[in-house]
Amino acid sequence: MIYQGKAWKFGDDVDTDAIIPARYLNTSDPKELAKHCMEDADPEFMQKMRVGDIIVADKNFGCGSSREHAPMAIKAAGIACVVAATFARIFYRNAFNTGLPILEAGEAAAEIKSGDELRIDTMTGRIENLTTGKTYQAKPIPPFMQELIDDGGLMAHISKKSKTS
Amino acid sequence: MGQTLVEKILSAHAGQKLRAGDMAVCEVDVCLTQDGTGPLAVRQIEKLGIEGVKNPQKTVLFIDHAAPSPRKELANDHMLLRAFAEKTGSQLSDIGDGVCHQVIMEKYLNPGELLIGADSHTCTGGAIGAFATGMGSTDVAVGMALGKTWLRVPETLKFVISGSLAPGVYSKDVILHIIGMIGADGATYKAMEFAGETVEKMTVPERMVLSNMAVEAGAKCGLIASDGMTEAFMTEMGRREFFKSLRADDDAVYERVYELDAAAIVPTVSFPHTVDNTRPIDHEDCREVSIQQVFIGTCTNGRIEDLRIAAAILKGRKIHHGTRLIVTPASRRVYGQALREGLLEIFNDAGASINTPGCGACVGVHQGILGDGERCLATQNRNFQGRMGNVKGFIYLGSPATAAATALAGKLVDPRNYV
Repeated sequence: MIYQGKAWKFGDDVDTDAIIPARYLNTSDPKELAKHCMEDADPEFMQKMRVGDIIVADKNFGCGSSREHAPMAIKAAGIACVVAATFARIFYRNAFNTGLPILEAGEAAAEIKSGDELRIDTMTGRIENLTTGKTYQAKPIPPFMQELIDDGGLMAHISKKSKTS
Repeated sequence: MGQTLVEKILSAHAGQKLRAGDMAVCEVDVCLTQDGTGPLAVRQIEKLGIEGVKNPQKTVLFIDHAAPSPRKELANDHMLLRAFAEKTGSQLSDIGDGVCHQVIMEKYLNPGELLIGADSHTCTGGAIGAFATGMGSTDVAVGMALGKTWLRVPETLKFVISGSLAPGVYSKDVILHIIGMIGADGATYKAMEFAGETVEKMTVPERMVLSNMAVEAGAKCGLIASDGMTEAFMTEMGRREFFKSLRADDDAVYERVYELDAAAIVPTVSFPHTVDNTRPIDHEDCREVSIQQVFIGTCTNGRIEDLRIAAAILKGRKIHHGTRLIVTPASRRVYGQALREGLLEIFNDAGASINTPGCGACVGVHQGILGDGERCLATQNRNFQGRMGNVKGFIYLGSPATAAATALAGKLVDPRNYV
């Protein structure tokens, strides 16, 4: 998939409480969760962002709780994709399971600024900064994870396997 | 070439010899969810069109995060979980039974087993030589339904700790010290293995503090060998027949080995808003930090051993007039022990509020939400901004001794002057 949108830049260690605070976890309705997406990192984020925009962050994005509501909230908010220097382990797995495209790219994360226009090809991992003209290459996705994405997430992967076996 | 603990356990569950870096489908022994993540897992299982769970005796649904419920929406989620447990024969751990990570150790998890849980602190189970890791609801739903999960075998960082801890210094200080040293992402994707004579001398409840906080350095699990201390714990829990010893091979390959001197570790506090933002208690930043709320409890430090340490400091004294103290035993078993030993009376006489066993104030949905600008010293594992229900709150992390001493002084103090 190719996504084009505006970058919103965050720093290190954006935790799951910042992505979706526990005080809003009285629902697992993605639309309700999306209303509070990134609220504790930037209270005005949902007013400022537009559907198709891209979150860019430094290291350890999504650290903390195992709540799958975090990638769900980002996806339902309309964020096309998240680029970070590194992701926390559980968030990484949850993103694939819930169908939120994510890419690890340290140099891109270090150089991209809020407001830059990006074009991202999630299949090849190529990240273009249309504002600065610079191009970056994300780390390749492990083959097993790519299989999950191709099948449409873990649930679809399991359903497919149970049909073929 | 020998194997690390994680390589051994995952190999046994995949039916093939695995090395770090391998991907494998593993058999799952135990699954857990809690009331925040459980409803989503239940809905995912229903979506798969699967009736029931693979192993109902070892599938445990906990209601601990918002228990008793502070809101009608959460009460409805609790109803959903109870109905699912009833329908599938899964185990239900209801309001007042305690925090999932404590109860799973008391009743369900055995050395050498594989546990996946829809809660990040599932890694606590590593303290008895079990592979235990946190995952999202969808991953755990698949584990519940099929009894299997896919895993990448992590590389291991080994922490060898030698020597004795000084009085007033505990395993909480050790793990805060380690996370301060390697950072909040210092072990991302890795297994942490804790070893050395200091760890060998620790009881399982003390070891659980190390394993519990492995995820705060980004780790997948925090493993400790199963040995005589583990056997003593399993015996105390009435499950000695499920004990087995398990240790890494002497020639196992580690990504990195860290050597630590226990005697050099002092009481340590994490400052807001990240766990790795640590200070030794004698640092100048720790001077004159007034504290409005002290919270003793959680899966990190709400066990009977922790309550005994706190009660010994609080006995016959009153907490500071500007500070409130909240005590939440980690489980019904711990609550009962504290009751029989007279610890609850000591807390009550000192001016504390005692809450229902469960996650309590740590998750920020009830039982101790902070006011704007307030500072809390908690024995929990996480101090992210907004964690305790208010983005304008400030959370400091420390040991039960640091917490009790701080409640008396009304400000951060060195617990070594109180024990």
